[in-house]
Amino acid sequence: MPLLAVQDLRTYFHTRSGVYRAVDGVNFSVERGETLGIVGESGSGKSVTCYSIMGLVPQPPGRIESGSAVFDGTDLLRCPAREARAIRGKRVAMIFQDPMTSLNPYLRISEQVMEPLLIHERISRKAALARALAMLEAVGINDAAKRIHYYPHQFSGGMRQRVMIAMALITRPELLIADEPTTALDVTVQAQILDLIRQLQRELGMAVIFITHDLGVVSGLCDRVQVMYAGRIVETAATSTLFRAPRHPYTRALQQSIPALQPKGAELFTIPGMPPDLSKPIAGCAFAPRCGFVVDRCRTTVPGLIEAAPGQADACLRAQAGEL
Amino acid sequence: MNPGAETVLELRDVKTHFPIYQGFLLKRQVGAVKAVDGVTLSVRQGEVLGLVGESGCGKSTLARTILQLVPTTGGTVVLNGKNLGTCSRAELLASRRDLQMVFQDPYASLNPRMTVFATLAEPLLAHRLCRRSEVRARVDELMNLVGLAPRFAAKYPHEFSGGQRQRIAIARALALRPKVIVADEPVSALDVSIQAQILNLLSHLCRQMNLSLIFIAHDLSVVKHISDRIAVMYLGKIVELGAAEDVIDRPAHPYTRALVSAIPVPNPEIERHRKRIMLPGDPPSPINPPAGCAFHPRCPYAREICQTAVPPLIAAGPGRQAACVRLDAVAADPVPTSP
Repeated sequence: MPLLAVQDLRTYFHTRSGVYRAVDGVNFSVERGETLGIVGESGSGKSVTCYSIMGLVPQPPGRIESGSAVFDGTDLLRCPAREARAIRGKRVAMIFQDPMTSLNPYLRISEQVMEPLLIHERISRKAALARALAMLEAVGINDAAKRIHYYPHQFSGGMRQRVMIAMALITRPELLIADEPTTALDVTVQAQILDLIRQLQRELGMAVIFITHDLGVVSGLCDRVQVMYAGRIVETAATSTLFRAPRHPYTRALQQSIPALQPKGAELFTIPGMPPDLSKPIAGCAFAPRCGFVVDRCRTTVPGLIEAAPGQADACLRAQAGEL
Repeated sequence: MNPGAETVLELRDVKTHFPIYQGFLLKRQVGAVKAVDGVTLSVRQGEVLGLVGESGCGKSTLARTILQLVPTTGGTVVLNGKNLGTCSRAELLASRRDLQMVFQDPYASLNPRMTVFATLAEPLLAHRLCRRSEVRARVDELMNLVGLAPRFAAKYPHEFSGGQRQRIAIARALALRPKVIVADEPVSALDVSIQAQILNLLSHLCRQMNLSLIFIAHDLSVVKHISDRIAVMYLGKIVELGAAEDVIDRPAHPYTRALVSAIPVPNPEIERHRKRIMLPGDPPSPINPPAGCAFHPRCPYAREICQTAVPPLIAAGPGRQAACVRLDAVAADPVPTSP
């Protein structure tokens, strides 16, 4: 049984200008100890998928229209709030993109790192403080005994992200959801943080869902990748397969438009047009208007995510018919 | 770019320091943020110069210094033979026509209350470049140039996507037919597929109009793709300068090496087996930079001399320079796989 199984998740935002189908029928699962990458451009629904699992979608305007997210036998979307709270923040933890805004500026680092322990475990403040200190040392904060009493503004961006990671991992979660945790950081600091996540994952044996738009980060970190477009998963495969033999035209186009994979000075491959407006119903494949391989039936039939080989699935009618 | 092309922009030992004051009634200067600290550079006509470095290294301040948007503390910025620091206001205004800027965030750099037409017409009218009757035609021409349909001229910025807004910002910079454009992270706010469109547009425009471009970014693979030459900055100083392929594929300075090795390569087979040069810690603060070579506390090659002597930018092969006293030792080690 997978650690987390998400089925037919639909999260819509009901706004004055219409209903935005941010996540529109997403199915995936995460095994214990596995690293799953979710890749997509802004607005593809990769963050909203994870926010839905964590119960962080503001309701209203958001609404989870359908679906389930079963974590180790408990459906996080339907179970009583008390049960969900016992899992979220303890067995499933999350780190966010912006370390500058996701720490409370009024509270000392010690308070914030200890908080999950004080909530989820029967533990004295003294014992919690000792564990917080050990955790800060584990994430590589020098002079932690002194700096644990600092406020967030006294830390640099990379250090704050380390504090975030310490907060998330102090309860030894089985699943860590990381939403673009290195996007706001410099590359040399990004390398340090990715290394840290990799190392802690090995030590704790936890599963990681890593949301990013950077295919480079994915290739070094993830066992499996799923690509999202317009609220749906268009392709999922083992990382090496996805890079070697992508099936969906969007995945191919995404790879082709990265400067690093093209000869210098050459005209870069571009995807024409823009992502669709999610407030309007989309007939057929959402990528059809921008796709170089489009045929008539793509505009009328919604492609399902169908397994092409063990562990590899795509949502493209033509790839499924073996025409690409 | 034609290697014999003449120099259009020259920076000599440019310094931009921001004073730090302390005290309330009796303010006194207690120090300075040395954002740009002695940069010497030249840009030839039609050349794309990439400027890379991590946040806080002074690359954006250097851009603003070139455009005289912040006062220089020392050194000279010479555009077409004219020293922008000492010329009269009228001359500076005239020079600004030749020197334009594209900013990072197209959501903030366009006036939300001005239509595309008004945005593009304003520089034309302010510099009296064309008659009112000709403005319409010129705006249409500019929009076509950047790949926007002229029928959108009456729309406001919020009606456009990020990529389209960046096109408008580029059109605005091109309106005065400048010789040099400074683009400060013009693609970092955009998605990969849109980023490629804007990069293509910029390099196409440079070739077509023989424009010089100073392209600032932190993404080395993007910079390598578009630039003829690359300058790497660390804490207000240029630490390496050379042809784009040389700097990225065969970096000479230890900092450039670490930077190149830190960038994840989008290829799992390479990425998994690649050796990474891990730099300890964060870049130091420019308020109180380390003595000697500013990079020495994080440098794996540092020796005692690095703690005291500021290394000058010296020749490190044909057409390239690096500011390090241990170039030989660095060169003896294998080069990191570049993105």
